Amino acid sequence: MKAETRSGPAGLVEVRRFVDLEIAPHANAFERAERIPWEVLSRVAELGLWAPFLPSEFGGEAMDMVTLGRVHEEVGRGCSSLRSLLTVHSMVSASVHRWGDQEQQEKWLWALARGEKLGAFCLTEPDRSGSDATAEGTTAVRDQDGWVLNGRKKWITGGQVADLLMVFASTGSGMCTFLVEADRPGVRVTPLPHVSGTTASMLAEIEFTGVRLEPSALLGPQGWAAGTVMTNALGLGRYSVACGAVGIVRAAIDACAQYTSVRSAGGVPLRDLPHVRQMMSGMVTARDAGRLLCERAGALNDAGDPATIMATWVAKYHASKAAVQAAGDAVQIHGANGFSPDHPVARLYRDSKVTEVIEGSTQVQELTIAAEAYREVAQ
Amino acid sequence: MSNDARTEIRTFITTKFPDVTFSDEEDIFALGFVNSLFAMELVMFIEKAFGTRIPNEELHLGNFRSVALMADLVARQTSAAVG
Repeated sequence: MKAETRSGPAGLVEVRRFVDLEIAPHANAFERAERIPWEVLSRVAELGLWAPFLPSEFGGEAMDMVTLGRVHEEVGRGCSSLRSLLTVHSMVSASVHRWGDQEQQEKWLWALARGEKLGAFCLTEPDRSGSDATAEGTTAVRDQDGWVLNGRKKWITGGQVADLLMVFASTGSGMCTFLVEADRPGVRVTPLPHVSGTTASMLAEIEFTGVRLEPSALLGPQGWAAGTVMTNALGLGRYSVACGAVGIVRAAIDACAQYTSVRSAGGVPLRDLPHVRQMMSGMVTARDAGRLLCERAGALNDAGDPATIMATWVAKYHASKAAVQAAGDAVQIHGANGFSPDHPVARLYRDSKVTEVIEGSTQVQELTIAAEAYREVAQ
Repeated sequence: MSNDARTEIRTFITTKFPDVTFSDEEDIFALGFVNSLFAMELVMFIEKAFGTRIPNEELHLGNFRSVALMADLVARQTSAAVG
């Protein structure tokens, strides 16, 4: 993907304008077409938003995590499918930066920062629960020339358009991570159409059949520490999803404020009805709480504080549930219109539900967060 | 440095898991309380507390099995940074 170069990533005001003018008004159309147009992906590159957290020597701007979260919140306000593409691309870019050797970094990071190459995160497999991150169905076997990869991955966000696949595979002695070009012989990408929620995120199932990889395709440490590659990437993904979920709450507030200001029942504007006000108040409070939790997680990450891991779980847990509640209330407020493609709220509802499933389901998060509570009480 | 590192590492672990008792040489993974999340927290803690970035080749279980081994890892990384 070619895009104009720029001196730095767009500021939040510019991102907000981009979302207001070029994303939000077209998000329902993106959903119907089940794809984000290339022109839009190029505009993201023009604005320097694919991986602005990378350092300048790799084409980024060393954007801090708090600011990155606000960017993903803004994009999530306009279109969760586009935010999902940013999420997985960020996970791949950050992983190559954190774990890649010099050759891997020089080969990929510039292109990832400029959006000339798009990344996809390939962990979930068709025959296993997404919460089972053992990746045992995909194997990488070492031979004298490198590795041979076989297996299938499913629900791969951006898989239809990705150039670089970050693939988790079992090597017999544990899980490892590989950087795989999507155009390698033996890689077969099958689009997953008609998915309800983040429908335009160009999901795919990807099959690897005897894919030959050089030794340099291996990313990061092997064995026990390979799990930290996955944990680290999922942490960033979880943060991005949390921020995007706050964006969904904001979009629900915007839609409802507009709708209830022009719609009336029995001569009374909907905005004056106590039940509407109650739901709006809930959304506003959930938005603010979600943003504060995201900012806390982002600030801890910026400080390199390990507490960011749990703070991110908490932020994502709250924000994803808040998004589902807000989007559901928004549909309720819109009545029959809430189900119409002429309004954004049905899409918001479908997209919000995805945030409760990916990067750690609500139920898996409850296991983790509750365990932390018991540890705190024991202290 | 090594004793200070041991103290800091031990404090970090016991703050998280106050009910667990172990010696500096004991294999904490064998005690069963270290999951993948806490492993990542350990890596982040060491990098932040001692101002170092652990290279891939040092990121293996053998360096994290005990407080003593983690303190040795810290000593190697900080001396490498100074040298």
